[in-house]
Amino acid sequence: MTLIKSNVIDYQAFNTGVLMRSTIIFTIITFIFFCLLPCLQARADDMFAKARRQMIQAIEENVRETARRLDRKSLDPKVMSALATVPRHEFVPASYRRFAYENRPLPIGHGQTISQPYIVAIMTDLLNIGKEDQVLEIGTGSGYQAAILGKLVKTVFTIEIVKPLAEQARKRLAKLGYDNVEVRQGDGYYGWEEHAPFDAVIVTAAASHIPPPLIRQLKPGGRMIIPVGTRFMVQQLVLIEKNNSGKVTTKQLLPVMFVPLTGGH
Amino acid sequence: MSTMTSSMPASPPQYSIALVSAVALAYEILLIRLFSVIQWHHFAYMIISLALLGYGVSGTFIALAGRWLLDRFHIAYICNIVLFGLSSVACFLAARHAPFNPEEILWDFNQPFFLLVIYLLLALPFFFASNTIALALARFNNNISRIYSFDLCGAGFGSLGIILLLLIKFPMDSLLLLGSAGLTAAAVAWWEMDLRPRKWMLAFLTAALILPFLPVSLKKPVISPYKDQSQALRVTGARIIASRSSPLGLVNVMESPVIPWRYAPGLSINAEKEPPPQLRIFSDGNSLAAITHYNGDNEQIAYLDQMTSALPYHIRRPANVLIMGAGGGSGILQALYHNVKHITAVELNPQIIRLVRDDFGEFAGKIFTNPNVDVHVGDARGFVTGSCEFFDLIQAPVLGSFGPSSAGLHALNESYLHTVEALQEYLKHLAPEGCLAISCWVKLPPRDTLKLVATAATALERNSISNPRQSLALIRGWQTSTLLIKNSAYSAGDIAKIKEFCSKRSFDVVYYDGMSIKEANRYNILDTPYFFLGTQALLDNKRDEFLNQYKFNIRPATDDRPYFFNFMKWRTLPEILDSRGRGGMPLLEWGYLILVATLVQALAASLALILLPLRALRTNARNKEYDGGISRFRVFAFFFCVGMAFLFLEIAFIRKFILFLHHPLYAAAVMLTAFLFFAGMGSRHSKRFAEKKGPAGAVLSAAVAIVILGLSYLITLKPLFSALITLPFCVRILISIMLVAPLSFCMGMPFPLALAQVGKKAPELIPWAWGVNGCASVISAVLAAVLSVHFGFSAVIVAALLLYCIAAAFFP
Repeated sequence: MTLIKSNVIDYQAFNTGVLMRSTIIFTIITFIFFCLLPCLQARADDMFAKARRQMIQAIEENVRETARRLDRKSLDPKVMSALATVPRHEFVPASYRRFAYENRPLPIGHGQTISQPYIVAIMTDLLNIGKEDQVLEIGTGSGYQAAILGKLVKTVFTIEIVKPLAEQARKRLAKLGYDNVEVRQGDGYYGWEEHAPFDAVIVTAAASHIPPPLIRQLKPGGRMIIPVGTRFMVQQLVLIEKNNSGKVTTKQLLPVMFVPLTGGH
Repeated sequence: MSTMTSSMPASPPQYSIALVSAVALAYEILLIRLFSVIQWHHFAYMIISLALLGYGVSGTFIALAGRWLLDRFHIAYICNIVLFGLSSVACFLAARHAPFNPEEILWDFNQPFFLLVIYLLLALPFFFASNTIALALARFNNNISRIYSFDLCGAGFGSLGIILLLLIKFPMDSLLLLGSAGLTAAAVAWWEMDLRPRKWMLAFLTAALILPFLPVSLKKPVISPYKDQSQALRVTGARIIASRSSPLGLVNVMESPVIPWRYAPGLSINAEKEPPPQLRIFSDGNSLAAITHYNGDNEQIAYLDQMTSALPYHIRRPANVLIMGAGGGSGILQALYHNVKHITAVELNPQIIRLVRDDFGEFAGKIFTNPNVDVHVGDARGFVTGSCEFFDLIQAPVLGSFGPSSAGLHALNESYLHTVEALQEYLKHLAPEGCLAISCWVKLPPRDTLKLVATAATALERNSISNPRQSLALIRGWQTSTLLIKNSAYSAGDIAKIKEFCSKRSFDVVYYDGMSIKEANRYNILDTPYFFLGTQALLDNKRDEFLNQYKFNIRPATDDRPYFFNFMKWRTLPEILDSRGRGGMPLLEWGYLILVATLVQALAASLALILLPLRALRTNARNKEYDGGISRFRVFAFFFCVGMAFLFLEIAFIRKFILFLHHPLYAAAVMLTAFLFFAGMGSRHSKRFAEKKGPAGAVLSAAVAIVILGLSYLITLKPLFSALITLPFCVRILISIMLVAPLSFCMGMPFPLALAQVGKKAPELIPWAWGVNGCASVISAVLAAVLSVHFGFSAVIVAALLLYCIAAAFFP
């Protein structure tokens, strides 16, 4: 009996000792962790910045190969610098963050995606936008495209039909300091009458046709771009141009350089 | 179960074998349906083909563990049936949770793993089902022809039964019913083998009764979030207001009161008006059509005049119009807008007709019951062929899947609607000066549109139209193109009207005879006027050169190779893969590549499954345990060839009969049932036949009969179909069954005769032979598809006949 009892007591003493020791170790580790946290954060930021630079290189290489089709040797340096500064990893779900700077589309939940960076670069470049411009975006999604546009123009108005996505994007853009981007949840078909006309319009939401109100809200000399395809693959880009006299033409572009005839030029 | 006692039953448990086979085949067909709803159907075929490898694995398993299992035959047999019933439900419920997304497969390396998980899970039920049959074959090896005949007949009834079941039940409910049929088979087996205690039989029956009442939450399909329907449901206020299910598909109607649908594909950029309120129709979660609100006010539907498909109404005022594919009724509305007095519309799916006519008739403005409109259920080509009317306009809906977005997914769907022979038929049913209008999605680089031009030109030539160049006109918007085909030439007045129509709507004229390049590429500008140049080249004498040089396959589809949507050329593949980073992925022809990937996987898996047990058996054989003087190579060659040949013929005939029975589903149901049932009969009679001629002689005569019958069908089917196609549907079904009956009766003989021979000489090889046959069937199903894409159905049939000859030579 006594043996057992003493054992029990010893065990309890042992237990208390272990408890104390582990508490101390835990406290130390936590302390070290919190001291290191800024360093870790900085290291993560470093990693992301490096990844971002690699992404820019990949895009530039791809653009060089597609140059003739897009009628230019390289993309506007301003567009590239916007892509080089916007933290794409902040726009993707945590589980996909490690792929944030790969040249590929990623799912962002709610059946939506964030486009391949190469496509974002090309679409932004095709809009021919300037510092003083006003841009309308239909289909906010993660808000990444709006953030890129926000770096390049005066104001961006963006409309998202899926409520949770609109709220998420609004919060995210505010947190990251994109004050010139305004997000609204609702129907993009009628554009944003109060702020019309726009210098450029980008419609990333699936459209069965080009909404006539959006064409009306385009300034003479303005451009509208519509990617056609599925959530993960853009098949072609439709570029709508309104000339100074108000005449509208469309151009259809393949994002990729591809000549359908062998032996062709 | 250890208490069960039984006297040795004299005959095999044939009814449970038939029931298991029936459920297994029904399950296979049901899986295609289920995966079409939750995913994309082209992956459905891949998953199921590979899951069928469960049959091959089973052969290996029984070959290795057979002795142990056969010592406990009753318990092993019953356990496998019960596991089959339970896993058929459980494995599907588990598999649908794998987050597989085909579109990410080239980027996300987890995706192939998810795919593997899915088909491994689904292989399990087939593994158990196959175990039961293989065990019975091994156990009752003196009665093989009887077992095999029950197996085949059961499967035949299964394929018919599931089609009937799907007519009255939703796919998920059908799944649970199949599970409970599986459990019932266990009870039947218990009764057949007269096992004790009887309470187990009651237990299986009770479980079978409870299974269909699984909680509703489990029955909900987990639909991919990237399908049209899932995307549409995220819109505030959008909800499904009607749901219908049939073997043809799960049809849902969705309303969106807050943010209206505005379905108007190909609408001119000059259009001022938006479409009136609409309801959307989804088939298997894919957007199919829209039901447009109509109150008789034509101003409301003026948008329908702003599409490329409205062109034929502006050249001549047609009095008698045929709409192929009524859908939600927009083709009919377009005709009504243009005051057509006599509109005939054909729609394949009767449920869609009922929805638009009855459930939402008020909303749709009762257009399906309009006195000027006749709506028929049926296949458009069959309707045209059977009709004795001549139309001023035959209007085909936009060709292919909804939207240009699902590129390459339909590559392997047989479509007898757009073959050269089909177009020839349509042209013969045009009134003088009448016109056939077919619209396509505009894809870059052009594929569908150019293939259609090539098809039309060939059809006109075969109909001996003197100058096809003058009979064609083609226009395009940024989204759709429309080709007009006539039997006569367009007049200068017609061409002026085409130009006027296009310039008002900012559409481009692509082709009319004598058009200059200056007129092309004006509104929807391409960096090179590919459509104009392509059409010119195709209508020139340089057509063949152009077809060869083009990087996509745009050769016209024919009835022997009816794959309009397959544009794949192997030599283009490296270039496309290389451009992955530059957005080149959509140029891939997915459907075809998936098929090839399936074939490669099936071959690799089969090799492993056949060679592995062969080695194991060799090691055992040294013990001289069984030495029947039988060559394993002959066994392998025979069962492999017979497995390949049987499915080659079955598949080629299913595809060929689509033309006669007008729908892949009807063709599959009728052909499968007839083939399997009569093959079962053949198996049943094979024993008596063998007693007369000896097994080898019987197989040889069966093979000779198959070759003679097969060759005669090759020659006579085409004229027979065109002579009989106008007969009523039931009569055509009867004729189809009568046509395949003698062939399949002979096809049912070689397998059981050879297996009985193996049973006599080396019974241990029975499960292995069964497995070889299973693997061969899996490979052959996929290979048949590849061969028919490249060489046509006739080639598949010839290959099958050759395989039967080889098999006869290798009779063990």
